[in-house]
Amino acid sequence: MFNNKIGFKLTFGVVLTLLIAIGIFAFFNIQSEKKSLLTEVERHANQLSDAVKSDTEYDMLHNDRARIHESIHRIGNQESIDRVRVFNKAGEIIYSSDPEEIGAMVDQKAESCYRCHSAGEPLRRLDQKERTRIFRLHKDSPRLLGIINPIYNAESCWTAACHAHPESQTVLGVLDVTIPLTEVDRNIRRSQLAIVILAIGAILILSIIVGFMVRWWIDRPIRELLTGIKHVSGGDLAYRVKVKSEDELGVLANSFNNMTENLAEARLQLFQSDKLASLGRLAAGVAHEINNPLTAVLTNSSYLLKRSQGQPETKEDLQVIVSETIRCREIVKSLLDFARQTVPKKRKADINEIIRRAEKVIENQLSMKQIELVMDLDTEIPNVRVDSNQIQQVFINLMVNASDAIGDNSGVIRITSKRISLSPAGVLQIKRALCPKRHDLVDRKVRIEGKPAISMRYRKQKQTGIIHLNPMYGSNDHRLNGMPEFDNSVELQCPDCSASLIVEGEPCPKCGGPIYAFEVPLKGLVKGCLTHGCAWHHWKQVESSWNDEYVEVQVIDDGCGIPEEQLSKLFEPFATTKGQKGTGLGLAVTWGIVDNHNGTITVESEVGVGTTFIIQIPIGS
Amino acid sequence: MNLLKDILVIDDEPMVTRAVVKICSAEGMKVSAAGHATEALQKVEENEFRLILCDIMMPELNGFQFLEELSKRGIHTPVVMMTGYSTVENAVRSLTSTGAVDYIPKPFTADELLTIIQRNLRCSELLNKAESASLPRNGLMTYVPCPTDYYKLGYVSWAQMDNKGTARIGVSDLFLKAAEGIIGFELSFPGEDLLQGVPCAEGKAPDGSVHSIMCPLSGRILEVNALAQSTPSLVEKDPYFRGWLYQILPSNPASDLQWLSL
Repeated sequence: MFNNKIGFKLTFGVVLTLLIAIGIFAFFNIQSEKKSLLTEVERHANQLSDAVKSDTEYDMLHNDRARIHESIHRIGNQESIDRVRVFNKAGEIIYSSDPEEIGAMVDQKAESCYRCHSAGEPLRRLDQKERTRIFRLHKDSPRLLGIINPIYNAESCWTAACHAHPESQTVLGVLDVTIPLTEVDRNIRRSQLAIVILAIGAILILSIIVGFMVRWWIDRPIRELLTGIKHVSGGDLAYRVKVKSEDELGVLANSFNNMTENLAEARLQLFQSDKLASLGRLAAGVAHEINNPLTAVLTNSSYLLKRSQGQPETKEDLQVIVSETIRCREIVKSLLDFARQTVPKKRKADINEIIRRAEKVIENQLSMKQIELVMDLDTEIPNVRVDSNQIQQVFINLMVNASDAIGDNSGVIRITSKRISLSPAGVLQIKRALCPKRHDLVDRKVRIEGKPAISMRYRKQKQTGIIHLNPMYGSNDHRLNGMPEFDNSVELQCPDCSASLIVEGEPCPKCGGPIYAFEVPLKGLVKGCLTHGCAWHHWKQVESSWNDEYVEVQVIDDGCGIPEEQLSKLFEPFATTKGQKGTGLGLAVTWGIVDNHNGTITVESEVGVGTTFIIQIPIGS
Repeated sequence: MNLLKDILVIDDEPMVTRAVVKICSAEGMKVSAAGHATEALQKVEENEFRLILCDIMMPELNGFQFLEELSKRGIHTPVVMMTGYSTVENAVRSLTSTGAVDYIPKPFTADELLTIIQRNLRCSELLNKAESASLPRNGLMTYVPCPTDYYKLGYVSWAQMDNKGTARIGVSDLFLKAAEGIIGFELSFPGEDLLQGVPCAEGKAPDGSVHSIMCPLSGRILEVNALAQSTPSLVEKDPYFRGWLYQILPSNPASDLQWLSL
């Protein structure tokens, strides 16, 4: 279960390494601790042994055996001393703190003897280090440290009154002091335990820290990515992975989000074209079926119209039948055209006249529903090159939608037309922006007025930060995030690659300050100035081909309004808010027509207040 | 118009044939109707028609198969195709198939129908005249000589490819004659896209009828001949040179040209 988690693997690896490192460290630490403690005890034992020797030397010289016994007994019965013994050359214990031992012979192989007697001829000299030995009396007894101190023959010995030792003798005997190591061993165990506990504690704490870091920096972002992937593979392309870091995983999450976004766009387009393809097939089928009955209506009505001279009333009615049947023909054709995305047949036409014609068509429908139609048309509008049938269809669609929105309640539809001047500034949204190394500067995470902003990095000496420019061309509503006054010392860079975005040697024509530039794919360079209060901007390719004269028509109703979540899908084919009532094609066709006229259609709506559709069509040359 | 058996209309929709018969009869034409191609072939064998109006989508024999049958029987009556399924391909085939001379998308008004019938009747009249004057009957008889490297869409329009990759398109002399003189052209604008087989211009005749000129090549308009617009009579006098209509950038010349004849 755990071995398929990268966080676990990483933590396990790090902890194992720690375990080995700290284990080795602890082992050597314990060893050296042991060694230094023993060395200390040895030194102490040596001192003790020398002290005993010098303490008894005088009594030895005087051969005062009783005093020697007494001294050895007293010393040997101290708590920190196990026993003190003196052997003579023959191996007989002549003094001992344990009186029962006195007189016993000790074998040369005994632990206190073999140091010197292990190899044939006994050693006469013994190193300080060689004098000590550690042993146990039996398996369960505490450890003991024995120290032998050879008693060498000295002049005072053979000249002493007792004459016990001849001059030729080198070693007279051995002083053997045994010290119990119980206390030392306890100390060693205690420090061993302390080190082991410390090591385990360190390993535990480090493991927890490592585990936590792995979890925080690796596990969690990966889990979030996985959740994202699950969502996306499950079809939820609106899901975005939360990006909290700027490391590789953060970059990965960002790329994943970008990929998802592109995927969503591609899917939307695919979906749209799929819809269009089925719409095309449907339209083609419908066209053939509907065109035959329409032929009968149109031929007969136009025939009657030709023969209705002198009957003005009939003629007028027939005129409506003929023109409406022609409109039907154009609708069927535009369905096919929409499916084929072909161009409209444009002629100079009076938009107001088209509005009035559209109004005629649904006049009856509106008066039946007690809807008042208010027209506020600007008579000064020049003729616009449009496909009047298509544009009439747009107005009819919008008016029918408006009357549907009003429903059974009485209401008002207002249609206004006016001539407006639009500079590309404030109308055109910059949807893609590239740095010189072709990194996308559009940051979809930061939105200004709901539109993805253009991001740049500023740098002035050590001060740096990200600024966000409003993507509406010409807008001055940027988020400069505390950027210092824009002058030649401020560097603007691509946030990805730090390529400079400043145009060298081209000062702002308005204020003389530095200007920035980025590329819009296929649409040339956008240049601008960020100097406070200047706001100069220039998009050569757009400015040169821009038609600034527009006719704007607004269709305003006081109906039920459109919920915000439906607004974004309003112009998609088959998106209907009318349930069974609509085909869902009206606004898609409308949008297609307006788009084919290089115009724009936008909608503003508030639930319960009403909806306004705004159509802007360039007047053109 | 007062000739015996002028028109034969073929459509599987009786409402359509009835309407056509009524409209044409009111104009004094003798009209016969057939509900399917087999019936029509029988009528063609028995009578002589000056013009046949034929639906494309019909059960059994469709419009194009009917054309083949006519040509097998050696009948050269010009046929105007009608269709409710007006695709570019149907339009182009209707203008270029052997025997078919023109094309009218459904639904149409009485005036549109009469305009196209009268134009094609005059056209065949002109061709017959030329034949009796022992000029070669190739459907492209000329009043004004047409250069040999011009591609023609039926008898309606022409396209001339130049070596810069652009093309000029215009209207044929026969079309202009058959329309009895165009007094004004309604032309599209530079930058607009044209589709082969779809009307690219309208010519107004003195009697008020409007003649749609089908486009020979798909492409984007680079230039419109201002002369043609200002002096329509020039187009009639010199339709192949100074009377061109558009300079276009063909969008798909290779596949478009296979429909055109030199």
